[in-house]
Amino acid sequence: MSIEVKFDLGAHLRQKVLDGRKLVVPYLTCGLPTPQDFIDLYVSLGEYADAIEVGIPFSDPVMDGPVIQASSVKALEAGITVDGCLGLISEALKRSSTPAVVMTYYNPVHSAGLHEFAAKASAAGVSGLIVPDLPYEECDELDRVLKQQQMALIQLVAPTTPAERASMLAAASRGWVYAVSRMGVTGMQESLASAASEVVDRIKPFTDIPVLVGVGISSPELAVEACRVADGVIVGTAVVKRVLEDDLEGVVGLIREIQKAVNQADR
Amino acid sequence: MTAPTTSTTAADARGRWGEYGGVFVPESLMEALRRLEAARSEAWADPDFHAELARLNKQVIGRPTPLYLASRLTEMAGGARIWLKREDMAFTGAHKINNTLGQLLLTKRMGKSRVLAETGAGMHGVATAAAAAYFGIPCRVYMGAEDTRRQSHNVARMKMLGAEVFPVATGTQTLKDAINEALRDWVTTVEDTHYVIGSVVGPHPFPQMVGDLQSVIGREARDQMLDQAGKLPNAVLACVGGGSNAIGIFRGFLEDAAVKIYGVEAAGTGVEGTPHSAAIGLGRPGVLHGARSYLLQDPDGQILPAHSVAPGLDYPGVGPEHSMLKDSGRVDYLTATDSDALAAFKALATSEGILPALESSHAVARGLDLAKQIGKGGDVLVCLSGRGDKDVDIVAGSLGL
Ligand SMILES: Cc1ncc(COP(=O)(O)O)c(C=O)c1O
Repeated sequence: MSIEVKFDLGAHLRQKVLDGRKLVVPYLTCGLPTPQDFIDLYVSLGEYADAIEVGIPFSDPVMDGPVIQASSVKALEAGITVDGCLGLISEALKRSSTPAVVMTYYNPVHSAGLHEFAAKASAAGVSGLIVPDLPYEECDELDRVLKQQQMALIQLVAPTTPAERASMLAAASRGWVYAVSRMGVTGMQESLASAASEVVDRIKPFTDIPVLVGVGISSPELAVEACRVADGVIVGTAVVKRVLEDDLEGVVGLIREIQKAVNQADR
Repeated sequence: MTAPTTSTTAADARGRWGEYGGVFVPESLMEALRRLEAARSEAWADPDFHAELARLNKQVIGRPTPLYLASRLTEMAGGARIWLKREDMAFTGAHKINNTLGQLLLTKRMGKSRVLAETGAGMHGVATAAAAAYFGIPCRVYMGAEDTRRQSHNVARMKMLGAEVFPVATGTQTLKDAINEALRDWVTTVEDTHYVIGSVVGPHPFPQMVGDLQSVIGREARDQMLDQAGKLPNAVLACVGGGSNAIGIFRGFLEDAAVKIYGVEAAGTGVEGTPHSAAIGLGRPGVLHGARSYLLQDPDGQILPAHSVAPGLDYPGVGPEHSMLKDSGRVDYLTATDSDALAAFKALATSEGILPALESSHAVARGLDLAKQIGKGGDVLVCLSGRGDKDVDIVAGSLGL
């Protein structure tokens, strides 16, 4: 199964939401624990995930906490490259129809050249891109280039984003809107900050693509809580921690449980 | 005149210096940067702010710092007269205090209750800690673990001044990683915390703000040259880490077309294929720490480890205003190796009794060459950005003392 060329991530996910489903998007650091295991993990997780966010590691990840930082270091030390990452994603997508979204920092994209990066990512079957250090004001050119390749540029909205700006970001976002649950870098937390639902409330009226809450969602309980207001969750550190411990069954188990929990709680 | 704005050198409305600069940060920081820019432009337009800054410059920093004719060093070089702008004589021992007192004054104005900073050599950390103590504001400083070892003297100073020092053990454990960690802290604490960035780097408005606060160096130096030498220098030099002492002195001379301006980057060992810090000389444009600028990176856009014997120059990037000045050709960027810097350190120490910072020694090294080239009758102005007490262990080790 491979994704058709004109695939529209936002429309695809929106349809799922209209069908009454909550969405679950795990994050994997590309190439871990090994390139082959990464592909297998992508395929197994794809059974339970609505999309998979694949991190192309960057040497200086300022939005990431210690766990995802450690995973980036490990992947880079193992010799992963941008082309290598796109190659692995392309292999994974030959065996899975779960859409892949790339998350990376701006410099690797800038270094490759925006057109070249977009063309290669598109050829690999990537459906969208998250670039956490590329704010709205700087994203025009990348947004244009990605649109030409039918790829979504996903915007992030933070607890500190004022209401008017949130509406602008929500309207500009493609694929989904990423609601950052709290102030801080990626990591795990015990409870969901009240900021999370306030962010979602600020976004919802201005978009009809799904609004997903990310940063700190580490358990089925938190995911259920986030899904009271949001259309789904992104699960990063809790997944990567298990990957670093080589607990691949644990990863699949966690995402299966979260998927089950969020889609039962609502009924 | 102590007004920190210079009309010829400002970023555009998007924070761009030509194709460089900008605001490349997580969305969580965007609102804080917008408010910072609003507070900055309001303060910059307020005569009371300038009056207070002038008072701080005079009474706390001890400005104006002297313009010093290095007569015996001049003799040693055997050419143009060598003048030193003595930022090493500023309070806390380097130009960094010009920036930190200004930013702390702004912090108070914005009603923020905590500051954080990164530091490489520790001079910016010490200057932030001192300014924070002066204003009674708690201060945390991130410093690469490698730098806490090679600049332990400054770690002790920061702690004595009441700052918390956080060693950063990730990556190359130097300035780059300290900035990463400071940004991670700031993403979490931005609502009550101001990040006192230590050079003309980072997202807009930092390069503008820090450059404006440092431009007092060039304004004074130009007046002092006219007063003491009776003319402008043939050449002005400064070392470039992030580039704040350089922008500070350059801004005084950018419009004097006859004055040649040189930035000096650190070449590390100078051995081909080994790490160095010559972002402008050997890098290509990229995006790190919030801005687009020249950057040391591999073909995949991963940041390369930098190296210099001078921890304050040990950084793979450079401020965006420098990238613009490089492309426009107004400033030439040279390099000096670790051993060039050590030799210049020794020359200045024995000829003038001044122990310069190893960072500043890079500028002195190329200043000696230029003085020879330009010859008698000419004048060379070097920014002596800081004093070298912090470096006694490194230098003693290298010179086998
Ligand atoms: C004495 C001294 N000079 C120069 C520098 C380099 O910084 P900049 O290039 O911002 O002046 C430092 C930084 O730590 C320093 O301590």
